[in-house]
Amino acid sequence: METVVFLTFVLILSIFLGFELINRVPSVLHTPLMSGSNAISGITIVGAIIAAGMAERSALSTILATAAVAFATINVVGGYLVTDRMLKMFKKKDGGQGT
Amino acid sequence: MSLFGIIGLTYVLAAVLFVVGLKMLSSPVSARKGNALSAVGMLLAIVATLLDQHVVSYHWILVGILLGTVAGILAARLVAMTKMPEMVALLNGFGGIASLLVAWAVYLQEPGLSHFTALTVFLSVLIGGVTFSGSLVAYLKLAETISGKPLVFKGQHLANASLLLGAVLCGVFFTLDPQGGSWIFAVTVVISLLLGVMSVIPIGGADMPVVISLLNSYSGLAACATGFVIVNNILIVSGALVGASGIILTGIMCRAMNRSLGNVLFSGFGATTVGVGQAAKGVVKALSPEDAYLVLEAAASVIVVPGYGLAVSQAQHVVRELGELLEANGCEVRYAIHPVAGRMPGHMNVLLAEANVPYDQLVEMDAINPAMPTVDVAIVIGANDVVNPQALNDPSSPIYGMPIIKVHEARTVFVLKRSMAAGFAGIDNPLFFADNTRMIFGDAKKTISSLIAEFKKG
Repeated sequence: METVVFLTFVLILSIFLGFELINRVPSVLHTPLMSGSNAISGITIVGAIIAAGMAERSALSTILATAAVAFATINVVGGYLVTDRMLKMFKKKDGGQGT
Repeated sequence: MSLFGIIGLTYVLAAVLFVVGLKMLSSPVSARKGNALSAVGMLLAIVATLLDQHVVSYHWILVGILLGTVAGILAARLVAMTKMPEMVALLNGFGGIASLLVAWAVYLQEPGLSHFTALTVFLSVLIGGVTFSGSLVAYLKLAETISGKPLVFKGQHLANASLLLGAVLCGVFFTLDPQGGSWIFAVTVVISLLLGVMSVIPIGGADMPVVISLLNSYSGLAACATGFVIVNNILIVSGALVGASGIILTGIMCRAMNRSLGNVLFSGFGATTVGVGQAAKGVVKALSPEDAYLVLEAAASVIVVPGYGLAVSQAQHVVRELGELLEANGCEVRYAIHPVAGRMPGHMNVLLAEANVPYDQLVEMDAINPAMPTVDVAIVIGANDVVNPQALNDPSSPIYGMPIIKVHEARTVFVLKRSMAAGFAGIDNPLFFADNTRMIFGDAKKTISSLIAEFKKG
């Protein structure tokens, strides 16, 4: 029960933090925001790795967990790379990238 | 310090990097670095997990990571910027299915689930499944593999309500008795997938910005639920950030259409629309590109209003070229972007950035509207409903109340359009008949190319 309360506590605070952060993202960057947050939701890979690396597994759960790792990796790799590709294109008038 | 402690601290660091990364997304100047920081956070989280004591065999993990990396790199490299909505839809779906699969694997591996874990497994499967199948349907609609029109049928609401009820019952049974027969679990998987399909098919192509944002949020919530399943904070924090992001974007999109989320999700807009507003009357004044050039040549300020048609005709590069010629001619050029222009939030901004339009020339609807009467020429490219004055002055119109870019207040309006066919919503647009409007018919890319040719001649 204590764990549940603690995890819920983390959840609620994170949601508030999320609202504060995302409200500051200008509409110009909404597409990179979506693909970038997609990459972050690929964090499921942590769960997938644990499930795929456990000692005792049935054949079915191995297949499921491996597929989960693959899908989450696509999210992570594809999400970050395509976001970078987009953000690279946003330039200021003087032509500078403005790093 | 124990290994457990080190892993935990690494997760904290990863969470901090995600937060800082999102914070840096508040300006195009720092955004790219922010994304890189966020990626470093992800890498740390993955490495820490590989050190976890529960992880004893690595080869299947390696197989999964290799497959995913190859697919991810290829997808990110090859996707055309016009196809970004499809890509994001697929990524949403993959996040969802990953959560479903993890919950499923945990369910198979752990013999004695507690009631609470059972509930979170159920939620993980339900949200993950809805996200997955819903995103696939959204993808198929965006790619126009299936019709983008809303698909509505008799008894749809009843069917959806039954599915929802079935899901709730499964949840109750599964939570009360996690060991009580795997068929309940199987039914939950099937219901979640059906629910995803059923909830997206009645939504039309032009409402896709809302759907993608909402599914984006779901994919975060699915990760959150999985975090509860495996008792892991980093999943909960990251999932909540993504969930909040999707919800905010959904809200922005709904406000930009002056519709409630419920209306978008359940009304089958465009298919069941009752009122169509007053029929627009008047004479359409067509203009040739040659004559349009003469007007543009004399203009001191020009606003370009892009819509989904810009993406369809791939006209972003010629638009930028025309913009540069106009600027060389001493004209001020800006691009006014409606929040729901295109098929996903920020779609038009990315296309124009791809064509090298500087982001300081991209202006939001609210910023440009007050200045509209001082604009010499507003060029509408492949947009329709977002510039329809009916939204302001015709209470019988289905889009009445939707904020629009007030191009009709500009001195002259050029509308680039293939034909006089009505827009997505099937609503007449009085803008086309206004005294200050000139229609330039034809493919947008060809029209703009001929304008460029005129400029180069002149």
